[in-house]
Amino acid sequence: MTPRRIALFTLAAAAAVLIAFALVKGARLLTDPAPPPGGALIATAGADIGGPFSLVDTSGKRVTDADFRGRYALIYFGYTFCPDVCPTELQAIGRAVDLLGPAGEKIVPVFITVDPARDTPRALADYVKAFHPRMVGLSGAAGEIAAVAKAYRVYYRLGPASKPGATDYLVDHTSFIYLLGPDGKLAALLRGGVGPDAIAQGLRSVLR
Amino acid sequence: MSVSRRRLSTAVLAALAAVSVHGLVPAFAPALARDVTAGSLVVSRPWARATVGTSRPGGAYLTIVNKGTTADRLLRAETPVAAMCELHRSIMDGGMMRMTPIEAIEIPPGGEVKFAPGGLHLMLMGLREPLAAGKPVPLTLIFEKAGRVSVELAVEPLGGKVGGMETKGMTH
Repeated sequence: MTPRRIALFTLAAAAAVLIAFALVKGARLLTDPAPPPGGALIATAGADIGGPFSLVDTSGKRVTDADFRGRYALIYFGYTFCPDVCPTELQAIGRAVDLLGPAGEKIVPVFITVDPARDTPRALADYVKAFHPRMVGLSGAAGEIAAVAKAYRVYYRLGPASKPGATDYLVDHTSFIYLLGPDGKLAALLRGGVGPDAIAQGLRSVLR
Repeated sequence: MSVSRRRLSTAVLAALAAVSVHGLVPAFAPALARDVTAGSLVVSRPWARATVGTSRPGGAYLTIVNKGTTADRLLRAETPVAAMCELHRSIMDGGMMRMTPIEAIEIPPGGEVKFAPGGLHLMLMGLREPLAAGKPVPLTLIFEKAGRVSVELAVEPLGGKVGGMETKGMTH
C-alpha cells in the first residue's frame, strides 16, 4: 500500500468507528430512558394541587394531613396488587429517602392506595414496611380515597375482573410522587420512572 | 484500489460488528452465571421482585438476545410457584399508567427484548408461595422455535439497596 492509501484507509476506519459510535448512541437514545430535562421535578407554579385529607393508617388510626405538619411527606398513590410500576416507585422512594442521609430523616414516605377494597388498612401493614421501615400506608373508605385523589389530581380506574366478584382486576392510575412541605403545602411534584438517584437529587434541591 | 477497498470494507464490517456486539451485551451484566443460552437465544439476568405474601401478583424481568439470523417468538412462560404467568406491558396512556397483557413477543434476529420495570414484565399470578428474597425460583420460557428454555429467577428484596435494578422509565 502506498502512504496515500494507508492514510485513506486510516481515515476511513476512523470515520467508520465514529459513525458506529454515533449509531449506538442514537440507538441508546431511542431505547434507554432519557434523563428527564430538569431532572425528576415537574414545574407546578400556580397549580392547585394538594389539600386536606382524612384517611386510616395500618393500625386503624385516623390520619389527616395535619399529622404530617413539621415534617415532609413523600406521597405515592398506587395499589398493592400492581406487580410492576407501584413496587418500582415505592422501592425507588424508599431508597431515595435513605440516599439523602440525615436530610432523609425529615421525610415520611407515604403510600396511599387507590384500591381500598383490596388494600384495607391492615393489608397494607406488611406491604409498606417491606419498602421502608418508616413508610406509612394509608387507606380509607372509597369516598375518602376519591376525595384525596381529586385534591392531588390523581386519576384511577378499576379494570374488569376475570369473572364477576373476582379480585384479579388491574387498576390504571397516574404515577407521580408528591412532596408536601412542613407547612402541608405541595413542595414538589416528581415524575415517576426516574429511579432513586434522580428522586434524591430532586428532593435535595427542595429540602430546606 | 481493490486491495485497500477490500481492507476498508473489512475494517468497516469489523467496526460495525464490534459495535453491534457492544450494543447487544448489557453494559452491566453482573450475573453472567445465571445467563442461559438456548440455540441462538441468550436469556440474561432473570429476576423477580420479592412479594409480601401470596395474594398479590409478582413481577419478573429478564433480557432475551437473539444472536441468530431468524426471528423467534416468546409465546408464554410457566413457573411451578404460580398458577399463571402472563406477559404484560406497562404503558403510559394519556397520563395514566396502564398494564396490558400481550399475546407473544418477537425477538428479531440480531436484536434483543428487555423486560424491565416500567415496561415489559412477566406477571406471576396465583402464587403458591411468597417470592422470598435470595430464594431463586424456576421459570420456563416457551419459544416458538427454541422451545422450552428453563431459567432461574433471582429474587430481589423490596427494600434496602436497589440491587442491579434498571428502571426502564415510563416515558415511552
